[in-house]
Amino acid sequence: MPTLKLKNGSFALADAPVETEITLDAWRDGVRPEAGRFALVLPNDVKVEEVAGGLNRFAAIILQFPVFKDGRAYSQARLLRERYGYKGEIRARGNLLRDQVLFMARVGFDGFDVGGEKVEAFAEALSEFSFFYQPAPDGALPVWSRRAARRDALLNSRLQGRAA
Amino acid sequence: MYRYDEFDEAIVRDRVRQFRGQVERRLEGALTEDEFKPLRLMNGLYLQLHAYMLRVAIPYGTLSSKQLRQLAHIARKYDKGYGHFTTRQNIQYNWPALVDVPDILDDLANVEMHAIQTSGNCIRNVTSDQYAGATAEEIEDPRPWCEIIRQWSTFHPEFSYLPRKFKIAVTASPHDRAAVKVHDIGLILKKNADGETGFEVIVGGGLGRTPYVGPTVRDFLPKEHLLSYLEAVMRVYNLQGRRDNIYKARIKILVSSEGVESFRAQVEDEWAKIKGSGVDLPDEEIERIRRYFAPPAFETLPENSASFEAARKADPAFDRWARVNLAAHKAPGYAIVNISLKPYGKPPGDITDAAMEAVADIAERYSFDEIRATHEQNLTLPHVRKDDLYTVYKALDEAGLATANIGLVTDIIACPGLDYCDLANARSIPIAERISERFAAKGGEEDIGELKIKISGCINACGHHHAGHIGILGVDKKGEEFYQITLGGSGAEDASLGEIAGRGLSSEQVVDAVERLVDFYKDNRKGGERFLDAYRRMGHDAFKGVLYADAQA
Repeated sequence: MPTLKLKNGSFALADAPVETEITLDAWRDGVRPEAGRFALVLPNDVKVEEVAGGLNRFAAIILQFPVFKDGRAYSQARLLRERYGYKGEIRARGNLLRDQVLFMARVGFDGFDVGGEKVEAFAEALSEFSFFYQPAPDGALPVWSRRAARRDALLNSRLQGRAA
Repeated sequence: MYRYDEFDEAIVRDRVRQFRGQVERRLEGALTEDEFKPLRLMNGLYLQLHAYMLRVAIPYGTLSSKQLRQLAHIARKYDKGYGHFTTRQNIQYNWPALVDVPDILDDLANVEMHAIQTSGNCIRNVTSDQYAGATAEEIEDPRPWCEIIRQWSTFHPEFSYLPRKFKIAVTASPHDRAAVKVHDIGLILKKNADGETGFEVIVGGGLGRTPYVGPTVRDFLPKEHLLSYLEAVMRVYNLQGRRDNIYKARIKILVSSEGVESFRAQVEDEWAKIKGSGVDLPDEEIERIRRYFAPPAFETLPENSASFEAARKADPAFDRWARVNLAAHKAPGYAIVNISLKPYGKPPGDITDAAMEAVADIAERYSFDEIRATHEQNLTLPHVRKDDLYTVYKALDEAGLATANIGLVTDIIACPGLDYCDLANARSIPIAERISERFAAKGGEEDIGELKIKISGCINACGHHHAGHIGILGVDKKGEEFYQITLGGSGAEDASLGEIAGRGLSSEQVVDAVERLVDFYKDNRKGGERFLDAYRRMGHDAFKGVLYADAQA
């Protein structure tokens, strides 16, 4: 299946992934890929901590949504980004709904195993909200921080007004 | 009261626009009902027995008159002229048409309201004490913290697809009116030995199929760390909670199967790693939100009101209402007024559009423009001058809202039951109505004293039957409705789960059985004992025997 890649806020369809996929079982058996591009496929019931030491070997980590309701991979992705500093691609695989893609992007997903026919709907879903209350790996400023910035700007303009 | 700024407003408007698109896709047939279901559920829209049901959030139960008028408008324009207040301080409309729902959400957004996360496996509307900001009992007003939780939990990207629904309640009083010990997370504001304010954190309480009184996971959490600690709890739950069985998916099952020590260790370990990571709000933002909840400009008044006392002497019905429906206010010369939505023989929690308008008018004039919804399906006017009480009473009476039964045997909690709900096994409302009629006819309610009857039409326990002094659970036996009685539950600070009293009773038998329980209590109580106290002293078997007395005869 092709992968939708999210880069700088827009989606583009990539050809079939070039990475060789390594399963968790293979990893546990001691497989440690060296040369080439590899992707580690993690089930959603493992702690990402287990593979934290080897993350830099992988161009992508593939996390799973066996059904859309099963939201464990949201936590896994956020941990990979925030706690373990993973910079490669985090790819979502499984039952991916249009209306979940924004949350996925917010917690750090930037690859989606879905067909090209989804590009438009996914892009639309990504732009449905202007502001967010929480800080997250997508780096969007949380609302409280925008409020503080607005307050500071207001204060500055008042000070400048007085100085003028 | 909190007011939206441009950001809060934009988020709610974006949501309405998004849902309008989803409804259009559904109506055009681009979405199947299966695909639409998770989307509508995230907006509080259920498909019930006869129609859609829309659940509107009333964050921590606080409403302005303008907001209540809008709820009345919605009832009139899109529904059958009434709404139903729930056990989680929300309001439900039972008859909206799907095509109208986006317009309803727009109408709500016009008064800074929404239906976000009133259903689905996400963090639901946060609930609180209806006396917040009005009672002298509390450490501080809990509502700023509720609003902080509301914002943090709204569209949380990590915690919107949890194993199961998630309910948080906050109180700041020793007298628990928010049932915090039977919530997924209960927060109690308290002071430590050094005089600092923080939260006792209770995790894993709940009712439903497997009820638990929640254990304390942290005795004292410095309040500035509330959000990071909540994230730690949510993350442990999101990753470890069961997803293979819907009946074992709530956090209470995780806490109970892990054991509270192990669960606590996991949360503390997670918290240590995220504490300084920018999840907690900066002080200025906490202060910004707190300022919205500054006390209203109370007048300096004497504690006692001569006109109030004179009216009590002159009008016995007012005197009774004053005894039963008022509570002490922190400001001298003021009172907290409870409005019963349990008129005798009527469905608990229902209110017409005209009655909502009446309450809104009274609140605007006499209660600093504020109304509260309570988890016991009543309303509260938090700040009324004692000098105005008789006028307020008269106005309520004229609107049919002066039933004097707060906390008494006819102040019954009941879920919608089989009259509306497609999960129910049995009807709840007719049982509530008949018990109410029986005791209204019999009289002596005040003499019976505090007695909490709670009725659920199925094991999901929306009517909190486990937490009723007398709980009634509807069950289906071969197509016939039966009612199982539980005794001795409480959702207050002395929380306990009711004990099942044995085989079910028919709907014919259940009212007589409740009456026998009450008579037995009256014959055997000592001193000022409440029903619950007498039950706890005398034991389950004593009361159980009475319950089945007619069957043995």
